[in-house]
Amino acid sequence: MITVDLQDQPVRTLNAQLIQLPENTNQKAWRVVNPMGAHAVAVGLTQAVNVDIEGHVGYYCAGMNQLANITVHGHAGTGFAENIMSGIARVTGNASQSAGASGHGGLVVIEGNASSRCGISMKGVNIVVGGSVGHMSAFMAQAGNLVVCGDAGADLGDSMYEAKIFVRGTVASLGSDVIAKEMRPEHLELLSRLLAAAEIAADPGSFRRYGSARNLYNFNVDNADSY
Amino acid sequence: MCGIVGLYLKNSALEPALGHHLGSMLVGMSARGPDSAGIAVYRKPVPAGSIKLTLFHESDAFDWQALRRALKTDLKTDAHGEIRGSHYVLVIAAELETVRSWLAIHHPELRVMGIGESIEIYKEKGLPKNFVSRFKLDELSGSHAVGHTRMATESAITTEHSHPFSTGADLCLVHNGSLSNHNRWRQKLSRRGIDFQTDNDTEVAAGYLSWRLNEGDSLREALEHGLKDLDGFYTFAIGTRLGFAVVRDAIACKPAVLAETDDWVAMASEYRSIAPLPGAEAADIWEPEPETIYTWERA
Repeated sequence: MITVDLQDQPVRTLNAQLIQLPENTNQKAWRVVNPMGAHAVAVGLTQAVNVDIEGHVGYYCAGMNQLANITVHGHAGTGFAENIMSGIARVTGNASQSAGASGHGGLVVIEGNASSRCGISMKGVNIVVGGSVGHMSAFMAQAGNLVVCGDAGADLGDSMYEAKIFVRGTVASLGSDVIAKEMRPEHLELLSRLLAAAEIAADPGSFRRYGSARNLYNFNVDNADSY
Repeated sequence: MCGIVGLYLKNSALEPALGHHLGSMLVGMSARGPDSAGIAVYRKPVPAGSIKLTLFHESDAFDWQALRRALKTDLKTDAHGEIRGSHYVLVIAAELETVRSWLAIHHPELRVMGIGESIEIYKEKGLPKNFVSRFKLDELSGSHAVGHTRMATESAITTEHSHPFSTGADLCLVHNGSLSNHNRWRQKLSRRGIDFQTDNDTEVAAGYLSWRLNEGDSLREALEHGLKDLDGFYTFAIGTRLGFAVVRDAIACKPAVLAETDDWVAMASEYRSIAPLPGAEAADIWEPEPETIYTWERA
């Protein structure tokens, strides 16, 4: 276990150390203390290492992550795990706006609440939120899954493409071209797998599924005169 | 950009250290606002019949003692004060309008930054850390405060354009964001008798609140009207005699974080400014919801 105190060395040095780790590194366990809300902690990692951050972080923590397993034991600011490619990024507390934004793959777990625009423009990432999400979550989502164990704010999934959204609680309002969809056995199985991977206990049968009605992004010949 | 902070003490034992904590919050927001910094601190309420004014003169050589003596003589009343940086806090046993018109006649070059029973407003160009040392924030006791670090986007970098903007007695506003309909509202409010000293968009929001409060709105009602009328991206922190309020626009893309412990409530644009506060690690921490008015006030 390598411990890095962010009051003793800058984030830039920590990130350089993590990014330069070779593929077969033995330095697989990292502990970061005293983040004090610093931005861009553990960004751009490319190796399968574990990073435990003890405390609250600022913006863009775990951004662009590949393979690494990053846990924030605290709360995270704007853009947590933005553009994540693979690996796992977890927050034990709340995350501010745009968590998991435009993520291509991997798993983002927010054990508390996520704020607005969670999973905006998601492109394949799986996001599991133990609490609720704010407005405009999964806006223009293209692929992947957003699981919300609490409630969802207004305009959920507005203008989304082919992602799947599962919500256990209430939805303040659905976004444009979003509809409730049937929960088939394969969806229950998918949801069970996502909850198990996120280590969040919830009954998959208590969720509803939402997705695109596919009217907005398919060209309708009746609208030809409008263009 | 811009950074805003607010600190409201629930535990009065912390009051001697209010300025110290506020200073570290301001310095934490230096990257968001290196152009100028400002604070409104609520402290040392004056006795009934007296008023407190924070005055600014651009010259450090201005003779504040001569001003105080002249006021005492002319208005035949008691007056005392304290110099802090480029500002002077005047406490005088007189009617506000009498003092205002005396100042307008004898010292039109002076700027009145704040008025009320307990508010003191200080603001100046330059880095937050220079502001903190120049205005000796470590000395400032008080019950609550709001602060601002500015990265100017809509108007010039001067002391007058710095935040907080006073919105009436013991009221002030700090703002992170930009208003898109401030010119139209400045015209409308000017016709309704609200004075503006600059072309700054935040001053329009402050003037708007003054107008609504003059019309009889409670602070909450004034902010509810503001959510309908003020167009733009904003997080506002509003200081009142009894506490402070936080409100964000419907889109809520300008950052804000709230934290609360048994001892204090803090608001900041980023958690970095809350991190140095005592007990911050264990505080309840959350992002304020859009179009939701949060207030903490003394009963």
